[in-house]
Amino acid sequence: MNVLEVRKDFPILQQQINGHPLVYLDSAASSQKPRQVIEALKHYYETNHSNVHRGVHTLGSRATEAYELAREKVARFINAPSAEQVIFTRGTTESLNMVAYGYARAFLKEGDEIVLTPAEHHANLVPWQQAAKATGATLKYVPLQPDGTVSLDDVKQAISSKTKLVAMAHVSNVLGTINPVKEIAAMAHQVGAVMVVDGAQSVPHMPVDVQDLDCDFLAFSGHKMLGPTGVGVLYGKRKWLDIMEPTYFGGEMIDVVELYDSTWKDTPWKFEGGTPIIAGAIGLAAAVDYLSDIGMEEIRQHDHRLTAYALEQLKSVEGVTVYGPEDSRQRCGLVTFNLLSIHAHDVSTVLDSEGIAIRAGHHCAQPLMRILKVPSTARASFYLYNTEADVDALVASVRTAKEFFQHALG
Amino acid sequence: MHLDDLYRQVIMDHYQHPRNQGELDGGIKVDLKNPSCGDEISLRLKVEDGIVRDVRFQGSGCSISMASASMMTEAVKGQPVDKVLELNKAFRAMMKGEDVDPDELGDLEALHGVSKFPARIKCATLAWQALEKGVQEPRQ
Ligand SMILES: Cc1ncc(COP(=O)(O)O)c(C=O)c1O
Repeated sequence: MNVLEVRKDFPILQQQINGHPLVYLDSAASSQKPRQVIEALKHYYETNHSNVHRGVHTLGSRATEAYELAREKVARFINAPSAEQVIFTRGTTESLNMVAYGYARAFLKEGDEIVLTPAEHHANLVPWQQAAKATGATLKYVPLQPDGTVSLDDVKQAISSKTKLVAMAHVSNVLGTINPVKEIAAMAHQVGAVMVVDGAQSVPHMPVDVQDLDCDFLAFSGHKMLGPTGVGVLYGKRKWLDIMEPTYFGGEMIDVVELYDSTWKDTPWKFEGGTPIIAGAIGLAAAVDYLSDIGMEEIRQHDHRLTAYALEQLKSVEGVTVYGPEDSRQRCGLVTFNLLSIHAHDVSTVLDSEGIAIRAGHHCAQPLMRILKVPSTARASFYLYNTEADVDALVASVRTAKEFFQHALG
Repeated sequence: MHLDDLYRQVIMDHYQHPRNQGELDGGIKVDLKNPSCGDEISLRLKVEDGIVRDVRFQGSGCSISMASASMMTEAVKGQPVDKVLELNKAFRAMMKGEDVDPDELGDLEALHGVSKFPARIKCATLAWQALEKGVQEPRQ
């Protein structure tokens, strides 16, 4: 992969921010979009747009074909056994909520347990809290190791015959740790529980094969993997999708509507009530094509190289605390840190004044922030368009921030 | 956009040496959080005869949010509630980049630069939001 060539595909990167070339290190929050994705959206709207699965006119057929082709492409990308197991949603949050409503609330009962970690993004935590409250099930948290990793022994301890659902991020959005979800799925299955994987931070950065992981559900967002906002995916095993009730009722998802009762279409269409996210799905398919052309293994290695380099460089700055595992092989795509006791907002403002975009805050993971005992952290995240020069700019700017505040605070 | 416009010396001084920090016995208590960034403030107010007799704050957050809280307490302590609400209005207007009479704002004018950093405006206004809520509570 030639990063400098890749960068040419991203128009947004060719600009100055506050008089400096933009250094975009916030892809974990949302990635930028290549021309190919923007063009796919434009082409769709300029030549093929219409509603899907409805009219018998030519545009209707073209839109339907493009939308269903997008489903096939996404299915192939995650190696789903069939395209019918790919549901288009608004994103990871909606996907996880659909499992919480359609599966957890429907099938869990008092005394059942949901196993998760305190490092989960709020999107993979609050829906389970709510499902637990509604069903009488309880949440059981696997404690984190001091470096934020999850140990299989602890997971083994937490899982029992009461466990009905295990929910875990494949990659943590705060610490960047890669969790052994394949092994955990096997443990969950031994007790008859389902394994829900939050793939928001893994699917964009590494090859993910749902059959190899043997997860029951996988949720991810298009906007973090070069696709448009407003589209995401829920993958599920057929046996669960078939018995789950739809979340939304209305047009598109019905089979026969009577005055007092109705029946639904088959999976996945029964989960896509209303006019679906047609353009979003087509844009996501273009993103998947783009990523596949480069190769996910290539991208994984590239992101890993940058992460390892950033870890090493940031640690060389006296006063920087880096969170998460020391060993970069346990990490994917991001580095979270603090500088002295300077608040991450203040650090981020200095970086922004030099054109560098990072994330500062609690990263939608308040319980984890409490464990780390910090109100907020700064996070730099990397993607296929980032270079070592971006890391150098980051580290130089962190040094500037340090000097600036040491001076300003006397 | 210059960092020195944002991080004025007065602001850094309040951040390092916050005024009116701590607890009050009794009085009105307002806890506010900025859920998007995690800044927190706990404000205590003693209002008697329509006058803010005493005010204290505790909290955690960035330099702008903590300095702004400290500066706010200095500005409103001993002032009539009507005046405090006017000041609040003037401060909010300054944050929106509107022209405000510098005399009306006094030391608070040092926070003027925040209006040029849209991402930081909510940091500076957190304490004022808490204040607005507090002075409008039914009197004890
Ligand atoms: C690990 C993880 N889970 C879930 C989400 C939520 O994704 P979205 O906001 O696209 O629904 C995110 C993104 O912020 C994330 O990083």
